[in-house]
Amino acid sequence: MSAIHLAINSRSYAVDVDPQTSLLTVLREHLDLTGSKYGCGEGQCGACTVLIDGKAQRSCITRVGTVGAKSITTIEGLAKGDELHPVQQAFLDEAALQCGYCTSGMIMQSVSLLQKSPSPSKDEIIRFMDGNVCRCGTYPRIVAAIQKAASSLHHATAAKGAGQ
Amino acid sequence: MTDASLTPAAIEPERYELRAAPLYHFDLGRRDFFKFLGAGLVVVSVLKPLAAQESGGGRRRRGDSLPQEIDAWLHIGENGTVTVYTGKVEVGQNIRTSLSQAVAEELCVPLGKIELVMGDTQLTPFDMGTFGSRTTPTMNLQLRKVASAARDVLVGLAAEQWKTSPQHLVASDGSVKDPGSARAVEYAALIKGRQLTQTLPAEDPLIAAADWKVAGQSAPKTDGRDFVTGKHRYPSDQTQPEMLYGKILRPAAFDATLVSIDSEPAEQMGATVVHDGNFVGVAATTSELAAAAVKAIRAEWKSEPQLSSKELFDYLRKGAKQGNDPTGDGDRFELGKVDDAFASADHRLQQTYTISYIAHVPLEPRAALAKWEGDSLTVWTGTQRPFGVRGQLAEAFHIAEDQVRVLMPDTGSAYGGKHTGETAIEAARLARAAKHPVKVVWTREEEFTWAYFRPAGVIDVKSGARKDGMVTAWEFHNYNSGSAGIRTYYEIPNQRIVFHEVNSPLRQGSYRALAATANHFARESHMNELAHAVGMDSLEFRLRNLKNERLRAVFEAAAKQFGWGKSKAAGQGFGMGGGYEKLGNIATFAEVKVDRQSGEVRVIRVVSAFECGAIVNPDNLRNQIEGSNVQGLGGALFEAIEFENGRILNARLSQYRVPRFSDVPSIETVLLDRKDLPSAGAGECPMIGLAPAIGNAIFDATGARLRSLPMAPNGLKLS
Repeated sequence: MSAIHLAINSRSYAVDVDPQTSLLTVLREHLDLTGSKYGCGEGQCGACTVLIDGKAQRSCITRVGTVGAKSITTIEGLAKGDELHPVQQAFLDEAALQCGYCTSGMIMQSVSLLQKSPSPSKDEIIRFMDGNVCRCGTYPRIVAAIQKAASSLHHATAAKGAGQ
Repeated sequence: MTDASLTPAAIEPERYELRAAPLYHFDLGRRDFFKFLGAGLVVVSVLKPLAAQESGGGRRRRGDSLPQEIDAWLHIGENGTVTVYTGKVEVGQNIRTSLSQAVAEELCVPLGKIELVMGDTQLTPFDMGTFGSRTTPTMNLQLRKVASAARDVLVGLAAEQWKTSPQHLVASDGSVKDPGSARAVEYAALIKGRQLTQTLPAEDPLIAAADWKVAGQSAPKTDGRDFVTGKHRYPSDQTQPEMLYGKILRPAAFDATLVSIDSEPAEQMGATVVHDGNFVGVAATTSELAAAAVKAIRAEWKSEPQLSSKELFDYLRKGAKQGNDPTGDGDRFELGKVDDAFASADHRLQQTYTISYIAHVPLEPRAALAKWEGDSLTVWTGTQRPFGVRGQLAEAFHIAEDQVRVLMPDTGSAYGGKHTGETAIEAARLARAAKHPVKVVWTREEEFTWAYFRPAGVIDVKSGARKDGMVTAWEFHNYNSGSAGIRTYYEIPNQRIVFHEVNSPLRQGSYRALAATANHFARESHMNELAHAVGMDSLEFRLRNLKNERLRAVFEAAAKQFGWGKSKAAGQGFGMGGGYEKLGNIATFAEVKVDRQSGEVRVIRVVSAFECGAIVNPDNLRNQIEGSNVQGLGGALFEAIEFENGRILNARLSQYRVPRFSDVPSIETVLLDRKDLPSAGAGECPMIGLAPAIGNAIFDATGARLRSLPMAPNGLKLS
């Protein structure tokens, strides 16, 4: 097997694996990035969600050999040092988790939504998030967290604009 | 006031809470604590009020030759760090935070100073397990007593140092202060260089709920940051150096026996293969290799024809075991003369309700990592009963319990589904053969198939009422689903209530709220049917037959918030359901919308009023109530396990529908805070009102009465 090169969280990695291996397995078992979770193995629950070139993808059904040079962001790469991403902060502020096992995937899916649509309506949030499962049932809080993150991202952008 | 929810009889037997008391257990001697924890102050218990209470009589203590049993509950180190030890475990109910609040309150230290060690059989006092909503009524109280005892010692030390009376001193913010002289000393300074023990029970009165400053507040999850950054390591995230990945060869059907096996191809791939009776598994360097190796094994299984889900309800009613003593076995309750009352009633009603098997679907499937060092075994696993799993491991490997350590990292949910230790045993068996640590993580299909299910059931209800709306006769038979919540809280003079045990065709066990969901669905649906027969408003009908003030209060509060009695549009329906369970009281009102053309049912709005005594953490309580209602939607409307010939037919998330964002109604919660009553748990009770509320609302919208859970897996078929 020849090494596969991956760009994850602004770092480059080389792993010796079969290109058919799922990206989730590579992240968790080969690179010890265990923040992305296994929930169903068929792209039905979203616990394994990562960003590939900024877009939410199910890493459990993504073969590592198909990723190429695209940039991968996992939950571990979202905060800037000690500063949480506004979506992470909003999940804490809204207590939008119970067991937290779905949380990484929920956060990555939310980040992807807000990149695509900075001020999503409630219906848009629900449609975009519907493939992510939370068995503890914190959905209403996750919707509130996304709305809150949207608003704080908006304020941050506005403040930046005003500063320039 | 009739307050049956506070009497012991109100705690229904938890038939399906799988219980296993360990055979023996050797604790540390008192001196050993300091070797292990460092100097400081330790609060210990010698008698085990909690363990004895939970297990019904302290079965652990056998013979006089064992060392005196001492458990450490709390340690304050020389640097002032407070470490609290509890056998309870965290699965998302957020007790790591609520228990920390209890300690912070009584010990008078900031919440951030407290670290909880949970569910580690080597470090924490014995605990039966985390189930039955027992953490708040028992462990919260226990830890408050522990913290109070520690505070007492610290205040005493300061009084000694200052040569004053403890009565003149106060504890606050990690220090003892003397308001008279403005002196203050930190706890850490008081215990520096000492080895102090305080033994429970201490006599100190606890701080009254009305005076709580930390408890009673909405503290955020203490380690929330680890969860939003992906840093927290769940059981399935655990690793060890030289670790291998394990995979089990599953039988072709339940109860199948292995006829022949050729594991040579798997061995040639470099996997360690274990074949021990019906157990066949492999350990390999990667999970893909382990999966491929299992696939390469050629195995032939033999199994008998088995029942299918289509024949289930007929089977359950016919298959009831006949007890030798039908009136004295605790499964039967009789009051008055139910047959006469039924015969003379103005309105009579007889109906049958059914409940399908459902799966817990914890988002983190079962996982365990096992490591042997000689004959000593350490297992990290997600279980609600670490001590129970320790016993199962000791038994499986014929070793003493003190050679087994089970640790439970905060786990990706359980809902009653992780009481048993299958994965732990599988990992340990493979690890012993492979001479390496081995991790086993079940696939979703394995979790759907080889865990256990919420029991299916058939419930027959026969009732009679007078013209004025008083219920006079109530006969209730539950086949298989369980006895939790089987007794009625309505004041009915003539009752016969019977639980019938059946040999379940599928492996069944605990599920959040146990059978209370099924029994409340039948009872609260039936009460509506009876109200309809009498021609009375369903709220008025309930209140006429209900004396329990706590339950009346939640029905009235929810009705007010919901706006009961308001007019409705076409296709819209309103309904309610409620009851008490696990010391909590719930009333849930639902609004549904039914599209008569497509048959689609949408739950639009849910209002729940809940009361569980003095509230420990209001926002977390709301979170639990919301979560119960969301999870409850699945069992109410569309979740059901389909099976045939020993196989599960819908063992994938693409085939088994769980509630999603788009299913969720607007949810409002009304909390009734009874600071005058002991705090009770809230993880289960809030779930029980939803299914009947939805069923009653669907009837209100359409006139169609749905008596089977799930009620509308494929929408309604309205003619």
